[in-house]
Amino acid sequence: MEGFDILISVLASTLRVATPLVLAALAGLFAERSGVVDIGLEGKMLAGAFAAAAAASVTGSPVIGLTAAVGAAVALAMVHAYACVTHAGNQVVSGMAINILVAGLAPTLAFAWFSQGGQTPLLEQGSRFGPIALPFARSLDGVPVLGPLYGGIVSGHNVIVYATALLVPLSAWVLYRTRFGLRLRAVGESPAAVDTAGIDVAAMRYRAMVICGVLTGVAGAYLSTAQGGGFVRNMTAGSGYLALAALIFGKWRPVPTLFACLLFAFTDAIQVRLQGVALPGLGTIPVQFIQMLPYALTVFLLAGFVGRAIPPKASGIPYVKER
Amino acid sequence: MAASGAGTGAARSGRLPAWTDYALLPVLNLFAALVVSGIVILLIGENPLSAMAVLVEGAFGYPEAIGFTLYYATNFIFTGLAVAVAFHCGLFNIGGEGQAMLGGLGVALVALALDGWPWPAAALLGILASALFGAAWAFVPAVLQAKRGSHIVITTIMFNFIAASLMTWLLVDVMRPAGQQSPETRGFPESTWLPSMQEALATVGIPIPASPLNVSFLWALACGVLVYLFIWRTRWGYAIRTVGQNERAAVYAGISPARAIILAMAISGALAGFVGFNEVLGVHHRLMLGFTNEAGFVGIAVALMGRNHPFGIVLAAILFGALYQGGSELSFEFPSINREMVVVIQGLVILFAGALGNLFRPAVATLFRRAGRPAPAPAE
Repeated sequence: MEGFDILISVLASTLRVATPLVLAALAGLFAERSGVVDIGLEGKMLAGAFAAAAAASVTGSPVIGLTAAVGAAVALAMVHAYACVTHAGNQVVSGMAINILVAGLAPTLAFAWFSQGGQTPLLEQGSRFGPIALPFARSLDGVPVLGPLYGGIVSGHNVIVYATALLVPLSAWVLYRTRFGLRLRAVGESPAAVDTAGIDVAAMRYRAMVICGVLTGVAGAYLSTAQGGGFVRNMTAGSGYLALAALIFGKWRPVPTLFACLLFAFTDAIQVRLQGVALPGLGTIPVQFIQMLPYALTVFLLAGFVGRAIPPKASGIPYVKER
Repeated sequence: MAASGAGTGAARSGRLPAWTDYALLPVLNLFAALVVSGIVILLIGENPLSAMAVLVEGAFGYPEAIGFTLYYATNFIFTGLAVAVAFHCGLFNIGGEGQAMLGGLGVALVALALDGWPWPAAALLGILASALFGAAWAFVPAVLQAKRGSHIVITTIMFNFIAASLMTWLLVDVMRPAGQQSPETRGFPESTWLPSMQEALATVGIPIPASPLNVSFLWALACGVLVYLFIWRTRWGYAIRTVGQNERAAVYAGISPARAIILAMAISGALAGFVGFNEVLGVHHRLMLGFTNEAGFVGIAVALMGRNHPFGIVLAAILFGALYQGGSELSFEFPSINREMVVVIQGLVILFAGALGNLFRPAVATLFRRAGRPAPAPAE
């Protein structure tokens, strides 16, 4: 029975870790499908995390925190769009600029405003997104297998986790079944053709970047006001880059990307479990090697051992209208 | 990016004399970055102008400060050159941080093994070891990019994380002497230490105050010259630049892009590895955690600011050295400003000098047209 309990807790923590990854990967999906490469997911998430924690700790409301996070991340997404779409700047350089800028700006503002050494104060229960018990979780408690599965894995997460679960099919629907989605994909594959059809390429890309900003903002708010209880410097710890890798691994499609994120999150959940545990035949693996697992897995997957990934044709290339 | 657009596009938007490209526009971009940084300082509730005064005074105001500024600049020359060599091949090497850590490991292994050897031998072998280890750490992402098309930005970032874990393990579990608390190796034998600039200049009769500045600064300048010769005066450099400009054309010219990519990344990694040479053999005289101090990321800003040319990179590195040295004075003087303010300026410089590099070009072109002077053709 103990193995079963461990499995339940690993799967539950997989969902918790996967949530910001999925949000960021979907953000990257909208950006890259429109033809804008966004290395700056990491920075926007971090900005969102700081804005959410700062606003929530001042106002006491997680919803205001979430709004602030979305505002901050969308503002940065607009900077990226201004540099890359309007001024045809190098998209990778712009994304990296945003990452480095936020890595400095968030702790600088936290240091000046809260004077706690670059962090925000620990949030109280009421200023965070708390767990939600789904209906019947209580009454199924006594049922063997099904009870722990439902109560331990499906129920008891916060609202952002459930919203993210709904966002994946919603994104797929928007991308493949709406006029907006068709145009978005077309802009990322062949902007010149879209332009000929009388659609504003730049406006489409700006819209995609707004969506990207909103999603990364929510991902950031999740880190600091749902999963954690405040902002800590570099709290994203590379998850923006992992999300990009998941996007590539998922071949720029929502559902496969979801599974890639779940794989990364599962590795991370196992990683936490394996620390200090003696494995049969191997003994205790040093904790640093276990911590490398998600990053090493990323390199392994990107090496294309699982098939070649072909990005949207126009991603990374600024569109310059013919004059 | 900007240079390749010079033909017909430049003719239409108004030609600019070459000096605007190499001097005026970078200065305007830097100015824009500083203005936005000033706004951030205002947000914090301090006076940006007096902060600026403290920063400049702290970086250049007294002889010791200049030593510190040039000591920081040494690292940034290495990483700036590293980023630039990769840029010339169309690659974005963000892994300078990890490559620098491994370079430091290589130097440490040499210095620990050479008990009692004189410093010139340690320096020579240290240069070789840091180059080899740094290049090896860049080699894997390079091969994956060249042969499998793996996104080099993401793989080099992942290698930074992996390097950090590896170093922690080595210093906590393997290389730390028994009974010592802090995760670092034992100190190197004093004979292997690189002479400080104070000692080196004293032998020719020039007295300067003590600072961490050491002779590796001279090696950094030499690397600038070597990179210039390599990129613009050898066939390998030509191959790298061709692949960076147009991979298709390179293939038709009989150049192997895969080979150029691997070569450029290996050299880039070796240059980043020299940060370990400066910090480990020249300053700390032991291998410790976090000695790279984010120099790998500063290199990005330095390369963009210096327009990927060694001369510009040395100037930009000194500028960033001043920012780092002045920035630490800033955090002493102003209780509400911490050291990360420098990272903000760095990010803004990357944004304005890199991604928004053409922001002021149309305005400057209009000014030149209005002035009525037929601007001379750019010297290409």
